[in-house]
Amino acid sequence: MIPFHYARANDVADAVRMISADPAAKFIAGGTNLVDLMKENVERPSRLIDISRLPLDTIEPTADGGLRIGALVPNSDLAYHPLVEQRYPLLASAILAGASAQLRNMASTGGNLLQRTRCAYFYDTVTPCNKREPGSGCSAIGGINRIHAILGTSENCIATHPSDMCVALAALDARVRVTGPAGERAMAFDDFHRLPGDTPQTDTNLLPDEIVTAIELPALGFADNYSYLKIRDRLSYAFALVSIAAALELEGGAIKQARLALGGVAHKPWRNTAAEAALRGQRADQASFSRAADILLRDAKGYEHNAFKIELARRGIIRTLTQAAQATPQSQYDKKIR
Amino acid sequence: MAQRGAAQRSNDPVPLPGKIPISLVVNGVETALKVAPWTTLLDALRDNLELTGTKKGCDHGQCGACTVLVDGRRVNSCLTLAVMKDGARVTTVEGLATKDALHPLQQAFIDHDAFQCGYCTPGQLCSAAGLIAEGNAKTPDQIRELMSGNLCRCGAYPNIVAAIQQAMGTNS
Amino acid sequence: MTSYIGTATSRVDGRAKVTGEARYAGEFKAIRLAHAAVVESAIPKGRISRIDTGAARRVAGVLDVLTHENRPRMADTDKAWKDDVAPEDGSPFRPLYDDRIMFSGQPIALVLGEDWETARYAASLVDIQYDKQDFVTDLRQQHDQAFVVEKPDKPHGDADKAFAAASVRHEAEYYIPTEHHNPMELFASTVVWDGGGKLTVYDKTQGVQNVQRYLCSVFDKAPDDLRVISPYVGGAFGAGLRPQYQVVLATLGALALRRSVRLVLTRQQMYGLGYRPATIERLALGASANGTLDALTHEAIAVTSQFEEFSRNDTGWAALLYKSTNANYVHKLARLDLPTSSDMRAPGAATGVYALECAMDELAIALKLDPVELRLRCYSDRDQNEDLPYTSKALRECYRQGAEAFGWKARKAEPRSMRDGSDLVGWGMATGVWEALQMPMAVRIVLGANGHAEVFCAASDIGTGTYTIMAQVAADALGLPIDNITIRLGDSTLPQAPVEGGSWMAASTAHAIAATAEEIRGELLALAKRIKDSPLADARPEDVALADGRLVSKLDASRAISIADAMRSGAIERIEKEKTNTFAEDKKHARNTHSAVFAEVKVDEQLGVIRVTRVVSAVAAGRILNAKTAHSQIMGSVVWGIGMALHEETVFDHRFGRIMNANIAEYHVPVNADVHDIKVIFVDEPDDLVNPMGIKGLGEIGIVGVAAAIANAVYHATGKRIRDLPITLDKVMR
Repeated sequence: MIPFHYARANDVADAVRMISADPAAKFIAGGTNLVDLMKENVERPSRLIDISRLPLDTIEPTADGGLRIGALVPNSDLAYHPLVEQRYPLLASAILAGASAQLRNMASTGGNLLQRTRCAYFYDTVTPCNKREPGSGCSAIGGINRIHAILGTSENCIATHPSDMCVALAALDARVRVTGPAGERAMAFDDFHRLPGDTPQTDTNLLPDEIVTAIELPALGFADNYSYLKIRDRLSYAFALVSIAAALELEGGAIKQARLALGGVAHKPWRNTAAEAALRGQRADQASFSRAADILLRDAKGYEHNAFKIELARRGIIRTLTQAAQATPQSQYDKKIR
Repeated sequence: MAQRGAAQRSNDPVPLPGKIPISLVVNGVETALKVAPWTTLLDALRDNLELTGTKKGCDHGQCGACTVLVDGRRVNSCLTLAVMKDGARVTTVEGLATKDALHPLQQAFIDHDAFQCGYCTPGQLCSAAGLIAEGNAKTPDQIRELMSGNLCRCGAYPNIVAAIQQAMGTNS
Repeated sequence: MTSYIGTATSRVDGRAKVTGEARYAGEFKAIRLAHAAVVESAIPKGRISRIDTGAARRVAGVLDVLTHENRPRMADTDKAWKDDVAPEDGSPFRPLYDDRIMFSGQPIALVLGEDWETARYAASLVDIQYDKQDFVTDLRQQHDQAFVVEKPDKPHGDADKAFAAASVRHEAEYYIPTEHHNPMELFASTVVWDGGGKLTVYDKTQGVQNVQRYLCSVFDKAPDDLRVISPYVGGAFGAGLRPQYQVVLATLGALALRRSVRLVLTRQQMYGLGYRPATIERLALGASANGTLDALTHEAIAVTSQFEEFSRNDTGWAALLYKSTNANYVHKLARLDLPTSSDMRAPGAATGVYALECAMDELAIALKLDPVELRLRCYSDRDQNEDLPYTSKALRECYRQGAEAFGWKARKAEPRSMRDGSDLVGWGMATGVWEALQMPMAVRIVLGANGHAEVFCAASDIGTGTYTIMAQVAADALGLPIDNITIRLGDSTLPQAPVEGGSWMAASTAHAIAATAEEIRGELLALAKRIKDSPLADARPEDVALADGRLVSKLDASRAISIADAMRSGAIERIEKEKTNTFAEDKKHARNTHSAVFAEVKVDEQLGVIRVTRVVSAVAAGRILNAKTAHSQIMGSVVWGIGMALHEETVFDHRFGRIMNANIAEYHVPVNADVHDIKVIFVDEPDDLVNPMGIKGLGEIGIVGVAAAIANAVYHATGKRIRDLPITLDKVMR
């Protein structure tokens, strides 16, 4: 860690003022990712602005039947909140698939969105990495890339976003509320995270002087037909090779609405509305699911060690959609894949 | 290795940000200390307060050996900056037993031989105490999953699960 | 008087460990303690052309920065740097010795500061320029350059010819990647400056006296001036057999500052220590149609460093298990620009027997024989390397009891023939074998008139339960309640002990205690005889025993004298005896432990996700001293086997010669959710030949064969033979 100054923000406006005054400062809430990266000398903030005591820790129903989740709600509180368990069990399940109980107790909702990649080269300051040091090159391309992206990559970066929670939020069509010097704005979840392109150092479209204040979920929670399936190298406490959030609204045997988002495959939680559209009006069966998987993975590209992810994702999508259709969501406890 | 931050050219000593006074209630005892912003709760406990029961196994939130209870919730103290916890109640392994008796989890860990080298044990115990307080684990599968943030390289896992069941009173 | 030996006794150090009172190397207090941080090499090979510590030194709170240019004096001969268990051939690594870089992660500077974060920050400011040299870190790239190591395993017959003539043949290559021990405790040393050049070194080690001799040699210290202490060790698994570089650096720091220094390595830096060498194993088995082995060739190519030759026996195990008239063994080493490889739980056997037992499974399939049946047909009652009978070998009983407990007879032979819904179910088995070793060792016992005894020995307890079994043995030998026994370990000033490794500690400590207790008993008897009208006046030493705090005649239990009375007669408060036990040499028997491991896996047919749902390990290891801690040792070893089979792999980027998962998030070891039903069976194996108490040791045997049993189960489930560990789901899907 490099030396840094510490300051505590008293309210959101204060936090925005403080970050605007010091471009090298960073907000800290749960700290689970930031402190880790600071110890690796990857993150080198001049100042930490402690936002952990801001009053952004409530979960409240919204007027339109949705839910507003304060940015500082710990992941575990969110996962076990009765309204989330009842109305958005996909979100609860995804959260419980991530990290450990301790980390979920610490990690904030907003911070989860801002997690940085687990790419080994991003972490290793000795090796080139465009995300850490723009222009230095991407070591993962041509290097160790088993956990890396198969969708939306660029020649500059093939890192993945490591969150599980965000995959569910993408599928649930969440909105992100942020506050900056110019006031408040809302972003569609899909607009929040970026693809690497030629600026992989920038993970999100959050402006440097903005703070995430809340996540909003629309009324539709897909509580009846959903599943979150995380596939990884050990049965718990490991980052996803591929994870799939699937949610269906069924009418008779037909799909009225479908949501499908993937983790571990791209620089952002990967949602493909064309694949979802292809499911609409179709029978909830293997053939429909297979077609959707093909559409979603049409442009997938593998590298030396991660090409298996394309087929894994294809099979995983079909499986997760089947779990959702049959209302037998994947348990995060019993590790048998239903 | 490109060493950024080595830009300082003069021979003046590089001053470090000053220490900040905080107070913690550690195992029930009101404790005042001064910590640098970069001091983790783990290092504050081990180095400043000499409470070395809490272990450093990875320092990156990957092993759970540093687990303590902060305001009753289990957290990784290695990723917690002490300065952010000013005013918090902290329970470490040293605070589990009463003067007269071991905590039921401690006794259960001994009874079930839920450790070998003992290094992960304080973290396992605090994590298990947190787990029981959370109330989300009823079945062995749930205990296994919700204790998976605590690595045990000696491989005592089945005994840890049995010990937790005993302490929960679900061990038939 | 109850006997403690053999019972399920709870750990005597349990309370210290569950309360946080047990102190490990990095936790000892010292006045004016300085904290150290290591700067590592970013390149695998070359020379340091310039090292600028100016920026680091300017950080407030930095006390000094040591490099090869300014460090205190250290020895300059290989001999001086050779520890007790160093490889015979080569030049041991010398940290901060000169400008040479021999591996990525090599320590090249030590920052000493008032606190840890200050030292670590300053370490990041040390500026190093290198003259880089070409390097190689990939075994696959270097195995053609491998050279043959002299091994004791003698070939017999003509394996090549017999293989060519065999009616059923199996030939394949297996691969075990580099693995790291990753004990939970970080490697740490606290060196306390006692003044006048005297040092007390608290070190994470499996051998305090090895470290003590090594440091005295490296720093030219008199033995009385340097004491090494290590009462508790947070796991080691072989990583702590040799003194690690942090103890050298912490000592250097203390000598430079003339004050106490603590150095705790980071988890990342521990990947710059030893490791289980990546190994290529080639097996060629030829059999006749009835399932007898005609030909057996086992070739291993393992990794060592450029500067030392570390080699363990991968290839000699088949001759201990299976009859074959024609056998040949080749063991080679490949030099890479890495630290020297090292012992890691069951070194040689964990890897070699993995390959052997997978090959046997493949041969069984080729022969259309049940895997257990093949092993029984090839079963050898003699060690064919030395052509010796065993002191005991209850392996047949391991197969029988293990198979029965597992329910093996319900197995359908055909791969992919057993299912549980969407899971393919696989049942696999394998054999394990290790050596029953024992070492000379000394113990001091101090018995007080109050019936309390202290037992002293320099040995380490790395979590195996040494404290507890020693207390059990001492309680029985002295006829005292176990609560009256205090065991003191891990101090170089205590009676001589070997490093804690090789599964020899149980037998060695138990016999040393028994021998010393016998001296105590002799002295007590002499005292007892002096009592007027002593009921033991005519008793011979061999006819008396210590029981219930008394000296009792074995011939007439009514003849007894309490310990307190005996001591009172001599007007003494305590008896102190120290004795070194050595074992009679027996060149007429082979001495081994054995096991049969049965594993069930469930593999998701589409996604390749593997769960090890059941393991039964039936172990024959002579007398089991403590049913509880012994169970834990085997269970823990099975967990290691699960990790070896499915998770563990140190991943290198050979372009940089660097490890890319030098952490414990992406170097996967099993977590709680990965471990399910593990059943441990200790097969009765009385053995009065191996040693008087019939003890064989348990530290290694539990891991041997586990990875093979799981790999064989994965094949049985899926029909896919994966020979390269770890078996990850992408390999299953392929």
